[in-house]
Amino acid sequence: MMAVVLAVLVLVALPAAPDEVRAVDTPNDDGGSITVMWTLSADDAALSAYEVVRVAEDGDEEVVAVLPAGVSRCVDEGMPDGRAFRYRVNAVLGDTLRATSALSEPAVSRAQWFNTRRVNVLVALLLFGALILYFIGTARKGKKLFIRRIAGLDAVEEAVGRATEMGRPILYVPGLAAISQISTIASLNILSEIAKKTATYASDLLVPNRDPIVYTVASEMVKEAYAEVGRPDVFRKESVFFVSEDQFAFAAAVNGIMVREKPATICLIGMFWAESLILAETGATTGAIQIAGTDQISQLPFFVTACDYTLIGEELYAASAYLARDPLLLGSLKGQDWGKLVILLILVVGSGLLLVSGVKGLEFFRAIYEFFSVA
Amino acid sequence: MHVLELLTTVPGIWVWVGALLTLAIFSFLFGDNPLYKVAEHLYVGVSVGYMITIYYWNFFKPDLIDPLFRGGQFIVIIPALLGLCYFAIFIQKLSWAVRIPMGFVLGWGAGVAVPAMLQSYIIRQIQGSLLAPEMLASWDTIVWGIVSFLGVITTVVYFFFSREQKGALKVVANIGIIYIMVGFGASFGYTVMARVSLLIGRLQFLLRDWLGVIS
Repeated sequence: MMAVVLAVLVLVALPAAPDEVRAVDTPNDDGGSITVMWTLSADDAALSAYEVVRVAEDGDEEVVAVLPAGVSRCVDEGMPDGRAFRYRVNAVLGDTLRATSALSEPAVSRAQWFNTRRVNVLVALLLFGALILYFIGTARKGKKLFIRRIAGLDAVEEAVGRATEMGRPILYVPGLAAISQISTIASLNILSEIAKKTATYASDLLVPNRDPIVYTVASEMVKEAYAEVGRPDVFRKESVFFVSEDQFAFAAAVNGIMVREKPATICLIGMFWAESLILAETGATTGAIQIAGTDQISQLPFFVTACDYTLIGEELYAASAYLARDPLLLGSLKGQDWGKLVILLILVVGSGLLLVSGVKGLEFFRAIYEFFSVA
Repeated sequence: MHVLELLTTVPGIWVWVGALLTLAIFSFLFGDNPLYKVAEHLYVGVSVGYMITIYYWNFFKPDLIDPLFRGGQFIVIIPALLGLCYFAIFIQKLSWAVRIPMGFVLGWGAGVAVPAMLQSYIIRQIQGSLLAPEMLASWDTIVWGIVSFLGVITTVVYFFFSREQKGALKVVANIGIIYIMVGFGASFGYTVMARVSLLIGRLQFLLRDWLGVIS
């Protein structure tokens, strides 16, 4: 009799169970997770927690999450793909009272090939890719593509001439990054053009390197540049050299070169980090003409302050294309320019439409903003 | 006993070494001198030796030697061969082989970087720059919204290379360069503060760890 009374009391005290438990493969992921959703218990406000229980095909049960009241969604991660699991959610009242939901339908975790939330990235990629490929094709057909003159580049010819007159070398630092960095590649293109000029004037060129692979590529490019202008005899293998992979050891060594060799011109072009001001300041004290260029936004202020000419951000790539006159680079730069026009258009037209989305009946223009959301 | 082990038994010996090398590097402020040259050459030499050790223990051994000779994972021979191709640059007849790993690295780098760059540097920036109705909530959000919107437009125009900067384009580009310089000024101040904190760290080392004049 007592046991029956206790059972009735417990049943009366039990909270309402969560309802409509659904388990689905988490969309747009690389597998290994299932998303569980449920309708909150009618007694949600009084609950201490929800327990999410995973039930395997063989009946094994495991509590995978304990969540606070008010939560109706849980992502169960780190599970094997291809196996079916069902879920149950317990509404917990106090420490011991649990109201158990019905089991969900089985769900199987799988990896998706395509993340639908990144359609915008695909659209942008196709648009910019098409523009760049179109202009590369145009440049390859021999059509002249106009690129405006960049201030820092006018100084290159003057700087090489100055070095020749003074009988001093040109110091060219192609940044501290690896060959995979776009700024390093752009810098090596510029180095090649400068090497052609130093070869023509028989000026000395010094190229210290931090990255062993950049060193090998730089060495090869300078050698080719000397051969291209018919002066392979002037090329000195030791003019392109490896220093150290340590950032500040490299900076210390380049500082030493600056004060000992007293170059007439110093080019700091490529990717730089905290050593940028150390190099640029030391170079400034030697009285050399300094031409810098980087796409590292945080280092640009130092170059602008301490150098005579600075290629700011994309000017570095433009300079590389301008000097090299390579159809691939020119077409790519032109394509990017048109990409910028598209961006400007989107900003102006998009902003106008988005502003009117605040008007009743025109809320659908809000979709413009949502389109640029990236998950 | 090994010399280095013996040295570690002398109290504070490495603090003295560190302090004297710090002063030797600082002496560059007065121009090039033998002390700086010693520190510089020591730094370069030690760093190269240290890097070789790091590469061996952190990459070469765990990623190639152990999987190949202990784990029997012959697949690692492929990246090892790709790596060896870099040395082909030193052999005239085989120098073409260096293009294989470079192509691989550049292709992989571009494949990984391009979508990420588009996402963070273009799509998110466009979304952040759009003028939204929420901006009209108060006068200060209207002002700052317009200021930043104009900044984006004029700065993008500055980096347009397909037209000569003349007339109206020049005016807009000049406004863009003002925005850029204001940004550089703020970044300069911020970064200098970080560099000063590095200097403070070195001074603390000298005054506290070495001389013991501050606590």
